[in-house]
Amino acid sequence: MYLSDVGIIFNIGRYTRFISTVLHKPEKGKIFRRQLVREMSIIGVESVGIVALLSVFMGAVMCLQTAHQVSGWIPVYTIGFTVRQTMILEFSPTLIPVILAGKIGSNIASQLGTMRVTEQIDALEIMGVNSAGFLVLPKIVAGFICIPALVVMSMVLGISSGAAVALISGVSSMADFEDGLQVDFVSYDVVYAIIKTTVFALIMTSVSAYHGYFTSGGAIEVAKSSTKAVVYSVVIIMLTNLILTKLLLT
Amino acid sequence: MIEVKNISKSFGETPVLKDVSAIFEKGKVNFIIGRSGSGKSVLTKCIVGLLEPDSGHVFFDGRDFTAMSRKERKEVRKEIGMLFQGGALFDSMTIAENIKFPLKMFSDMDEESMSSRVRDCLSRVELEGQEDKYPAELSGGMQKRVGIARAISLNPKYLFCDEPNSGLDPQTAIVIDKLILDITNEYGMTTVVVSHDMNSVIEASDTIHFIHGGEIAFKGDNAEMMVSDSQTLNDFIYASKLMQKLRDNSSSNSNEV
Repeated sequence: MYLSDVGIIFNIGRYTRFISTVLHKPEKGKIFRRQLVREMSIIGVESVGIVALLSVFMGAVMCLQTAHQVSGWIPVYTIGFTVRQTMILEFSPTLIPVILAGKIGSNIASQLGTMRVTEQIDALEIMGVNSAGFLVLPKIVAGFICIPALVVMSMVLGISSGAAVALISGVSSMADFEDGLQVDFVSYDVVYAIIKTTVFALIMTSVSAYHGYFTSGGAIEVAKSSTKAVVYSVVIIMLTNLILTKLLLT
Repeated sequence: MIEVKNISKSFGETPVLKDVSAIFEKGKVNFIIGRSGSGKSVLTKCIVGLLEPDSGHVFFDGRDFTAMSRKERKEVRKEIGMLFQGGALFDSMTIAENIKFPLKMFSDMDEESMSSRVRDCLSRVELEGQEDKYPAELSGGMQKRVGIARAISLNPKYLFCDEPNSGLDPQTAIVIDKLILDITNEYGMTTVVVSHDMNSVIEASDTIHFIHGGEIAFKGDNAEMMVSDSQTLNDFIYASKLMQKLRDNSSSNSNEV
């Protein structure tokens, strides 16, 4: 297990120093803005397809599974209610970031790892560039902007596909589904979801960048860093999910 | 001039550099030679600040680099150019963008001046017309030359070259050696070359520091190196059959005379 074969205290200390180096004012605003747009394209735009696909199918399946449970004393509007609650509270804000941690995390770690082993990061340092800030800050800011947006999109698509499937398959009328969507709706749930997502965005981008940035060796080490980036991101997201849920919902 | 004073560096329990002192002179090509694992790359990384020495000091024209804050070091680093073993070109950027990068980060030049400077640098390394290619589209020797062009784009006072000829054929290696020698003389830079290529040492060196077991085992120039009675240095220089033959021919010729 990864957590047991490394010095956790050492890694926490080094991660903290790494983040303090990353969070510096960019040396050239124009270059930073250009990098930010590129990272938003990689992290955000290129993830739209997979997030949309997963959300549509998840909303649809959630609708059919709930409909399967609805019988006798369980009202039909439960279908809309369950789809809404599942998408807003857990699937979109937690499982989408977990999936993105695999896609984006491995991308970030392998990019930085390759730059490290081919001495491109050393070249930046020699030039007097804050390499951690230059390479990682645009990724973190892009994550902050794009991942909550993707999660909101996921909620909308999931609920919409649930409604469409309910209507097409005839398991619920649109009126019942809408009732379910509105019953006991608490807008704070959406705020809670956005807060969680923003924290998860920071975790997945920074943890992946940390593992990539401190790669040493060759191709095998780059692959290991990429794997560690995903595993650690997912584990930390899950632990944080528990803590945030306890703090924000109970 | 770069002065290294009493540098020591260990990794865990293994000492790699032991109280190393050296002077690298301005306007000269200063070679650091030694076997693989002798500590020459570690010494170079300590000089440029990629590694922190356990003890000792590095002075760039009298400025104590080891005692500087990160911000102060940044100013010195703007005066340093470095050619890496693998080129270390940014593979997401074109050749022109690679050379422009230090200019964009650290100069107030407008786009036209930067493009002109890129053309000058590429012309200096005889790579005109390659601006729009990506590093992966160039040969190893061309990548090294682009690395040199990027290193000299900000007119550095100090140039470091890490194994500039590794992986190159002998003819391309000679081109790179000549280029390093020429730009050192042209710009009056302090150039430090890490190498174990004896052809390069003979072709391009003004001063030579031989590292053995983490210590400077020899300091001198080409002529002094060839007549040195240091056994470790001779074992290193004459490790190849070609060099042994040259030595044998040279001694038989001198006996005939």
